Amino acid sequence: MDPGKLEGMTRFEQNLTGGNAVEVRGLVKHFGATKAVDGVDLDVREGTVLGVLGPNGAGKTTLVRCLSTLLRPDAGTATVAGYDVVRQPRQLRRTIGLTGQYASVDEKLSGWENLYMIGRLLDLSRKEARSRADAMLERFSLTEAAKRAAGTYSGGMRRRLDLAASMIGHPAVLYLDEPTTGLDPRTRNEVWDEVKRMVQEGSTVLLTTQYMEEAEQLASELTVIDRGKVIAEGRVNELKAKVGGRTLQIRPVDTADLDPMIAAVTESGLDGIGGATADREEGLVNVPIVSDEQLTAVIGLLGRHGFAIAGIDTHLPSLDEVFLALTGQKTSTPQDEQDQQDQQDTSLEEVAA
Amino acid sequence: MSATTVKPAALPAEGRIGLRANLRHISALVRRNALQIKQDPESMFDAVMMPIIFTLLFVYVFGGAVAGGQQAYVNYFVPGMMAMGGLNIAMSVGTGVNDDFNKGVMDRFRTMPIARSSVLIAKLIVETGRMLVSTVILLTVGFILGFDLKTDPLQLLAAVGLALVFGSSLTWIFMWLGLSLKTPQAVQGMGFLVIMPLQFGSSIFAKPDSMPGWLQTFTDYNPLSRLADAARALTQGEGAIAAPTLTVLLWALGITVVTAPLAVRKFRDKT
Ligand SMILES: Nc1ncnc2c1ncn2[C@@H]1O[C@H](COP(=O)(O)OP(=O)(O)OP(=O)(O)O)[C@@H](O)[C@H]1O
Ligand SMILES: [Mg+2]
Repeated sequence: MDPGKLEGMTRFEQNLTGGNAVEVRGLVKHFGATKAVDGVDLDVREGTVLGVLGPNGAGKTTLVRCLSTLLRPDAGTATVAGYDVVRQPRQLRRTIGLTGQYASVDEKLSGWENLYMIGRLLDLSRKEARSRADAMLERFSLTEAAKRAAGTYSGGMRRRLDLAASMIGHPAVLYLDEPTTGLDPRTRNEVWDEVKRMVQEGSTVLLTTQYMEEAEQLASELTVIDRGKVIAEGRVNELKAKVGGRTLQIRPVDTADLDPMIAAVTESGLDGIGGATADREEGLVNVPIVSDEQLTAVIGLLGRHGFAIAGIDTHLPSLDEVFLALTGQKTSTPQDEQDQQDQQDTSLEEVAA
Repeated sequence: MSATTVKPAALPAEGRIGLRANLRHISALVRRNALQIKQDPESMFDAVMMPIIFTLLFVYVFGGAVAGGQQAYVNYFVPGMMAMGGLNIAMSVGTGVNDDFNKGVMDRFRTMPIARSSVLIAKLIVETGRMLVSTVILLTVGFILGFDLKTDPLQLLAAVGLALVFGSSLTWIFMWLGLSLKTPQAVQGMGFLVIMPLQFGSSIFAKPDSMPGWLQTFTDYNPLSRLADAARALTQGEGAIAAPTLTVLLWALGITVVTAPLAVRKFRDKT
């Protein structure tokens, strides 16, 4: 077993209370009349990923900033690894890593120098800081840009450097505030892999996101917030069942097959699958599914029946659809941010495709 | 790759940062500030050009009128300018800090297990280095124009040291201002308001003898005059050394004791 990992975990367990790495109770942060965080309760169990899902302005960033000692909450309590955010900020900072929503790297320094500096500030030896800087650049595909000033990086590269900087010290608790917003699908997958790796190595992660897909990929539990309040929480599977999971879209070569395909799926009695519908305008069969096994089963079934299939696709519910399902209301996204929201929905579908 | 987090030795129970760790953090941050200069050499422009331009201008434009000759004025002006260099660099720190500390990387520093003061101390060290560069250039130009060191190199070093000590105390004031005011422009405006009277209402450029009585009182109390006097005594062998030196050191101490904690607190509380 990796001795470093053991040490990290020992340190962590010493300070833990009841297996929760993060405990938030009645947290409040107002900015004038804006109730950015308005009485939030949440727990992140040690070694797991909690996804905090919410639209623009829900209070995600404010919550993360309170939990990383950048903002002082107005009321309520929060402990991280057993340390109180208000009373024990210094101890708390030893256990956390943060990738904020906006890049926090030094633009005048090269990627390598940024990481080396963070390593030294985390009390790594020169040698260790050097080798970890190299390794992190490699992991985030930044080796070629290692010597260039971070100010010359593209948005996605800066984001990756930021993630590398927050992971270089192997923090016990890692906050990621919308880590993949603005990243292309390939890079997004890379980031997800690195987050999974951090969890495997023992870190606890609190992740905010606007993407159901991201939450599904990484989080075991979800908290959905809107206007500073928690509106739903639970295991991802439970919430997904409420929301309806994914939609499998099948395009037959011949649209005359639409109805026979639906009949085949319905008659098959496949576990948990029902309500296949036809989208005649698009020439698609829509099958709601909640797992990859179901996807495989449906495709296999149609194959055995000998249907000719021109294309398949899966479609995840957008944040809007999630909100609709959970609360019966549209998100409170302000009108001026609607464009951005639309864009994000588009990229969500691209990822799903 | 090993997954070691923080070395246990650096993990005292109550979260305090040990001296050695603190020095390590400061040196990592000094490296950052130095690399920024390397990446952006134009930021050294003020430190390099100001002593050259000011010295040439003052010696050739005012030399004859103020001191009756360039040679005499070089000997008067160079020690005075040693006092002023620190003030100018300190002011540029105010604008730089304001810019720098509004950047995202400060959020990262604020969430890291380092003393908040180390970020400011690192800046102070690099800026004092810039003052030193500026002073060396000033002396070089001075010697080329015929500056006469009538004492010995050791006393010259003492004068440089005194100017740096005072200059770094001024840096705390401007770091505090830079952190308190919203924009670099505001810092610059505020800086000029403070600097102009201090600079010209002193013995830096001209002997206060010819000034009106009230202004003489002001220049008497102006620490920049005392610093210029001390530098003159140390390089020209004219006048007392101990009295102005002590006054300058007390001022430096007083300024640091008051404004350093204010600056650190401002940095800590900034959101
Ligand atoms: N420093 C501040 N001063 C005043 N209002 C603020 C401040 N920070 C946040 N707010 C307000 O608090 C609310 C919550 O903001 P926050 O940034 O936490 O939302 P978010 O969920 O992170 O949104 P996004 O998805 O757009 O990043 C918003 O209405 C925002 O305008
Ligand atoms: Mg945000």
